[in-house]
Amino acid sequence: MITELGAFALALALALSIAQSALGLLGGRRPALAGAGEGAALATFLAVAAAFSALIVAFVTSDFSVANVAANSHTAKPLLYKVAGAWGSHEGSMLLWCLILTAYGAAVAVFGKGLPASLKSRVLGVQGLLGVLFLAYTTFASNPLARLIEPPIEGRSLNPLLQDPALAAHPPFLYLGYVGFSVVFSFAVAALIEGRVDAAWARWVRPWTLAAWSLLTVGITLGAFWAYYELGWGGWWFWDPVENASFMPWLIGAALLHSAIVTEKRGALSGWTVFLALAAFTFSMLGAFLVRSGVLTSVHAFAVDPTRGVLLLTIMAIASGAGFALFAWRAPALAPGGVFAPASRESLIVLNNILLTAATATVLLGTLFPLIREAIGGETVSVGPPFFNLTFVPLMALALMILPLGPLTAWKRGDLRRGADQLKVAAIVAVLAGATAYVMVSPRKAMASAGLALGFWLIGGALTEAAVRVKAFRAPWPEVRRRLTGLPRGTWGMTLAHAGLGVFTLGACFETAWKVEAAEALAVGGQLRLGGYELSLDEVGTVDGPNYLAERGVIRVTRSGKAVCTALPERRFFPAGRQSTSEVALCNRGLDQIYIVLGERRAAADGGPAWLVRGYFNPWVQLIFLGPLLMALGGLLSLSDRRLRLAAGNRP
Amino acid sequence: MKPSLIVVALAALLCVAAASDPSERLPDPAQEAQARTIFRQVRCLVCQNESIDDSDAELAGDLRRVVREQVAAGRSPGQVKDFLTARYGEFVLLKPAFSLANAALWLAPLITVLIGLTLLAGRWRRREPTPDLTAEEETRLAALMDEQAP
Repeated sequence: MITELGAFALALALALSIAQSALGLLGGRRPALAGAGEGAALATFLAVAAAFSALIVAFVTSDFSVANVAANSHTAKPLLYKVAGAWGSHEGSMLLWCLILTAYGAAVAVFGKGLPASLKSRVLGVQGLLGVLFLAYTTFASNPLARLIEPPIEGRSLNPLLQDPALAAHPPFLYLGYVGFSVVFSFAVAALIEGRVDAAWARWVRPWTLAAWSLLTVGITLGAFWAYYELGWGGWWFWDPVENASFMPWLIGAALLHSAIVTEKRGALSGWTVFLALAAFTFSMLGAFLVRSGVLTSVHAFAVDPTRGVLLLTIMAIASGAGFALFAWRAPALAPGGVFAPASRESLIVLNNILLTAATATVLLGTLFPLIREAIGGETVSVGPPFFNLTFVPLMALALMILPLGPLTAWKRGDLRRGADQLKVAAIVAVLAGATAYVMVSPRKAMASAGLALGFWLIGGALTEAAVRVKAFRAPWPEVRRRLTGLPRGTWGMTLAHAGLGVFTLGACFETAWKVEAAEALAVGGQLRLGGYELSLDEVGTVDGPNYLAERGVIRVTRSGKAVCTALPERRFFPAGRQSTSEVALCNRGLDQIYIVLGERRAAADGGPAWLVRGYFNPWVQLIFLGPLLMALGGLLSLSDRRLRLAAGNRP
Repeated sequence: MKPSLIVVALAALLCVAAASDPSERLPDPAQEAQARTIFRQVRCLVCQNESIDDSDAELAGDLRRVVREQVAAGRSPGQVKDFLTARYGEFVLLKPAFSLANAALWLAPLITVLIGLTLLAGRWRRREPTPDLTAEEETRLAALMDEQAP
């Protein structure tokens, strides 16, 4: 019964979103209809929420007469993963997508008080159109609430690799980010319909971009963290097509965040900002298509279905095609905005945008190139990590090098030498740190040392900028304190995000270059040397989990005889899907981690049992995950800045 | 299910960083390190986008053995990769060759940056329009300037 109500609510949501788009778009000219459009946006969201709740209920009660539950759940699964199972499959995740899409629509209706009525109405109309496309797809081609005629007694369970807290939270955050760009897309289309893109428009777009980008950052970080400890070899980024699919909207979103500032403060780059706003959600849709269509091979592709892939591609072609066609028609008429000199903050932000766009183009082409070569009749080729290391990394390194100069250079006509002068201390610290790493850390690695210098340069640059703003060391303390408390949160958000990027750079360079690996087949009582640590296998026992059976090793970690920690890595076997996973044991040592995997059982030299034990010493690995979280925190801090919520100077 | 059966099932299914397996290792650490560097650039042909360094598929194990043998025989990384490409095609390399067919791929980053810089330079050349003053405005301006002067 609840499932049927859910299915009905889903169909109702589709009808309501049709009403929302019609009322919203017409409401741009007839204010009487605009209010009805807002009501429809709220109602659509409530209807999708009802459908989604029905799906959760079906999962929690293990109602295997629902096809999606039978395929993805199991009675023995812990409650958290029953709930997370609701978005673990293709159908359920599309419903989550729709839920978030309509939630953003409702959020615009509720929080968009300062918006001019016509713009708000049109934004809701465009958001409604996107809702129609995705709700129609979910209702007709991928309905998660469809019933089975003959329900099975037990479900097939969720892939055990996905039964993990980080991965339970990963899709909601990822989609909050992906789909958050839909609002930005709707704002862009609405502005193009009105034919006006100005500073006020950019100010309204910024909070939505900040929210989407910050949440996407959290989502990607959770995914990377999951890969790090669940896949069992300590890798956190593989340049896999699915990862690239989530990374492209992030890169474009980062470019958009910066270009929107130029449009807001200087009225320039308006066409480019609109273009990026359209591109960000286009890449989100491209990601949804790539992950679900099976056109690309990937380690973690979704349930693959070519027919649905074609439908998703069609949705993307309709939405983005219409958006960019409108752009081509209206963009030439947009005001070009103020001029700026080569040495100005505008120029530096444009440089940042050029590099981020080039990086996105590199990731896009690297992801799709195997398909392109195959289509034009050539050989199949592979584009893997070595390609991205040679192309993407230098582009980003260049972007990071110029980054600290940006906030220290004035708008319109600045003085690069003054900025460089203020950054002298940061530069000296960075070079010294890089040189120290080059000399002290063995083995010697020049590129990684340069990367560390870059990380310190970013952190130093962010601190320098904050110090310049509060006149630290220059003004008397009362004034510094007044400035410290008076700085808007947006500024602190920027400092935090830029420093977070530096923190990430430090972790990524250090971990990648200097991780230590050791593996040995150990009998109970055996020892393995990992850098300065000794790992001793004390015993191996069995454990009964809620829905798995496991072998658990007890491994004592010592450093020159002194106890460091006891690691309990497991190999879990899930009878429901006849699959097994490894549960890595992590020992935190400050910023470093000791990462221990219990491998397969094999015969030792004397014929007795032995286990393959792998250990990794991952120096500074925590920074890899801490850095992006600081960036997301910076974004959210900026979002809380009251400047963004004040009615931005009403339009002339 | 009995524990012994579980262990068999576990052994058959788990897949982690296969290349570090001690039973495969070369005795010379320098050669082993060189082989590992090559592994990371060679695709496991039957896997989903994994290098032979990570995969424990049987074919990946075979390729690792081939690479280790060749490294032990003193062949250079370039020679080993040429050998693999001749056998399995370009698909086996995770880094596409610098060739005409791949020119679009390798040059795209550079071309994007160049296009961007050209557009930026165009922006720099644009000047704020400074309209000429009419004769009447000129006289008013002169009058204002006189007023301001002490």
